[in-house]
Amino acid sequence: MRFLNRWLGAISSLRLTLVCLAAAFFLVFVGTLAQVRLGLYIVQEQYFQSWFIWWSAASGNFKIPVFPGGHLIGAVLLVNLIASLIHRLSWHWRKLGILLIHFGIIIMLVGGLATDLFSVSSYMRIREGETKNYSEDSSHRELAVTDLTDPKTARVTAVPGDVLAEGGTIIQKSLPFQIVVRGFYRNSELHMIDQQSGHAVPASTKGAGARISIQSKPRATKLDARDVMSAVLEIVPANGGASLGTWLVSDVMAEPQDFELDGRYWSLQLRATRYYKDYGLSLIDFTHETYPGTQIPKNFSSKIALADDKNNDHRQVLIYMNHPFRYLGDTYYQSGFDPDNTGTILQVVRNPGYQAPYIACALVSLGLMFQFTLHLVGFARRAKPAAAP
Amino acid sequence: MKRFIPYLVLVIAGLWIGMSWIAPRPRSNDFDVRSFSRLPVLVGGRIKPLDTVARNSLLIMRGKQSLRLANGGKMEASRWLADVLFNAPVADTYQVFAVANPDVLGILGWAQADKRYCTYAELQPYLAKIDEEGKTAAAMESAKRTPFQTAIYNLRNSLILYQQLKSSIHPENTTEFAAEIQTYAATAALKQGTTALTQDARALLTAAAARYEAQAQFAYMLAVAPPAEGKAGDWLSTGTALLRVESPQAIPASVSAFANMGDALRKNDRATFVRAADAYADWIGKEHPDVNGRAAYELHFNLSQPFYHSMVLYVAAFLLACASWLVCPKGLRHTAFLLLVLALAVHSFGMFSRMYIQGRPPVTNLYSSAIFVGWGAVLLGLVLERLFRDGIGAACAGMVGFVTLIIAHHLGSSGDTLEMMTAVLDSNFWLATHVVVITAGYSAMFLAGLLAVAYVALGVFTRMLTRETAQTLTRMVYGIICFATLFSFVGTVLGGIWADQSWGRFWGWDPKENGALLIVLWCALILHARWSGLIRQRGLMAMAVFGNAVTAFSWFGVNMLGVGLHTYGFMDKAFPWLVAFVIAQGVIILFSRLPASKWSSFRNADRSDLYAAGFKPAA
Repeated sequence: MRFLNRWLGAISSLRLTLVCLAAAFFLVFVGTLAQVRLGLYIVQEQYFQSWFIWWSAASGNFKIPVFPGGHLIGAVLLVNLIASLIHRLSWHWRKLGILLIHFGIIIMLVGGLATDLFSVSSYMRIREGETKNYSEDSSHRELAVTDLTDPKTARVTAVPGDVLAEGGTIIQKSLPFQIVVRGFYRNSELHMIDQQSGHAVPASTKGAGARISIQSKPRATKLDARDVMSAVLEIVPANGGASLGTWLVSDVMAEPQDFELDGRYWSLQLRATRYYKDYGLSLIDFTHETYPGTQIPKNFSSKIALADDKNNDHRQVLIYMNHPFRYLGDTYYQSGFDPDNTGTILQVVRNPGYQAPYIACALVSLGLMFQFTLHLVGFARRAKPAAAP
Repeated sequence: MKRFIPYLVLVIAGLWIGMSWIAPRPRSNDFDVRSFSRLPVLVGGRIKPLDTVARNSLLIMRGKQSLRLANGGKMEASRWLADVLFNAPVADTYQVFAVANPDVLGILGWAQADKRYCTYAELQPYLAKIDEEGKTAAAMESAKRTPFQTAIYNLRNSLILYQQLKSSIHPENTTEFAAEIQTYAATAALKQGTTALTQDARALLTAAAARYEAQAQFAYMLAVAPPAEGKAGDWLSTGTALLRVESPQAIPASVSAFANMGDALRKNDRATFVRAADAYADWIGKEHPDVNGRAAYELHFNLSQPFYHSMVLYVAAFLLACASWLVCPKGLRHTAFLLLVLALAVHSFGMFSRMYIQGRPPVTNLYSSAIFVGWGAVLLGLVLERLFRDGIGAACAGMVGFVTLIIAHHLGSSGDTLEMMTAVLDSNFWLATHVVVITAGYSAMFLAGLLAVAYVALGVFTRMLTRETAQTLTRMVYGIICFATLFSFVGTVLGGIWADQSWGRFWGWDPKENGALLIVLWCALILHARWSGLIRQRGLMAMAVFGNAVTAFSWFGVNMLGVGLHTYGFMDKAFPWLVAFVIAQGVIILFSRLPASKWSSFRNADRSDLYAAGFKPAA
């Protein structure tokens, strides 16, 4: 029992809180400066959504942890907070504010963790008059293998990009062949091979890749730059037949590539990961308002028709700046538009923890106000006597 | 008698401010532009008086809001604009272009010390060269430009602005504009009739259409007011308005008014110019009372220069409060307090005027954030002074008011500070909550930091840091940091909620968000360190001083990184200043670590005082 008490005392101690806060302060500062070099997305991954920040030698492939990452600091702070609520803080009405603040912070940390783990962000691009029933996540790719044999029902088998990144052989029950990853490029550059320059090596033996050379590139760091993911895949029949050859698939290759195996027709395409919905959204009208006599944008708005046969919900909605549309766990935001002003780009976020910050904010604000009002009353009362020297 | 001296000083300061409310009288031998300067036009999406257009244009081109003539005399911005709009050959001889970069002067073939300002006429032979070099610079990222490229880029922009201004009302080579548009309208009316046009008439219409189309393309302002009830979107350039004219009666009132003013100015007919401007001002007042009221108000705001006046008063109050520690404590302190109240009143007038003119909450860009940070900190300082009456609150309030207004002055040199808000920021609710609350947090952090600097300065260099003063300062700093924690936290979370509403994520580790989080974390560190007994007085002060650096980084530093979503007001010119500021805070923190024997106030202090201050008791 004594041992448990001591242990609880240590993990609930104010010193541990201070260490966590100081570490968080340092991490946020360094992580902000690092964005100049690495860009926002890589910093998020390496500094804030990680257990450790790793340092790796430029030449070798060993790496050592140099500082706790965002998840580790957050987790320790969370344990420290919960322990101090149980063990150290007194449950007295004068401390009600303190309790509320810390309870709110716990909700915020848990909500933040849930968001990091479970939230999915994607985009839906709709032209005026068009209807879409899926959104796309361009930061994640999938290899779409489509069975084209029956033109009425195209059956798609999707292989996530992360599986391709692991390499090896991909075996799926729905496919009569294996896919062997012969090359994987997180960021790459493709070049058409022209007749004169004889020394360029074709990326693959079949498909468009037979006329294209590929080069690996370091990952993109700028906010508006994206990696070009590519892979070289070999198709080997599952029944042990001879290999059909290799294909190059890449983000920048818009068209699917076809091949035939035992009388059935297939296509391969690397594309943004798709999330299908049970309902459709059509764009009726997109408007782009500017201030009179200027090019300064005043508002962007999309008039959308929702068609949900399953729930028998058919109506019009207006999505515009600062006014998203929430439907069945998805939230649609006005995010961008096509340069000709007749197409809209909606951001689609599915975040089960999205309410946590609202609740946390209310709790912490209440707590802070309660405590500081209490403090201010005492402060003013004590200040008065000093006024008459 | 002595009791009245502070009030006498207050009255004198009040009179000095009151004088600036009266519009300057024109010299008897020059045009009276008082009515002209308040005429509303639409520029940059906002309806504003010509006086604002003139001041902002001069600010961009020349760095000042008025003009110095070759003979040493001073010219009001509006008077200058009248010449630019109507009498370009004369305007071309005014020295309005600031050229300081030696390499730019080199292109122009002038020696460095020759001149700082030059005229359009002097630059004219080099326009092609400036345009070419300026275009090269424009194609580059602003951070990668050399000083020469920045200078030539700015000069090119100034020249474009100037040329656009000259074409605002009519094409540059116009002589008799009123007559010209009458003839044009009469001919256009013929086109509506049944008779065929003569060849001359057709030629006249074709030439006029080309002229007016070109003017409409190039005009800097939309000067033609719509008929009554018209909206901001219905304002037109004179060219566009004329192209729609089908009879002499259909010429819009604005066009004929400006035409009459221009003709009178070119003929040097002062009386007709004033009559035309007055008549048009009356027309606007009748047709658009709201627009007219706002424009007239903005003109008064421009003339009264509230931030300049409060800046001077803040310095005076700071000096008086410091002096009160040496001589005549009660009287000087009271005078300082009264001056601060007056300064804050003028400061508030300026801030609320901007809110009225713009129809927005107080903070919309970096410039207005500096105004608001100063305002909030001075208000808090005044409350402290009222509570403690020791001159420290007053001195800090004067100091912080002066410094923030100086910062605002430098941030405001890029033109109109009342810009329109781009789509994502076009939300008065979030501007009024998130932005105001977080900026109030900055105010509190800086005030706490300044009080901590006062603790260190008074303690190390003077013997004035008595036990009572030290305790008072500690309570002040602790209380203000609590206040800062509340505002920074609530402001940061409100920002997260705004981001969740507009970008679909509560938190994205964007630099500006991180900056706000750093302040919250630092406040939490200070409070927990204090509660754990890890720090006492000096530790609290050192941490509060470092809070200055954290806040400055969050306010300006993250904007200098050049990454992220909060892309309003990137600024790299101020980087050396930020570095200097952070180093200064470091030096002050080092001073706070000096041993007790080096502190004038603690040299002979007893053990309990040394303990409270956080010194290790001597063995």
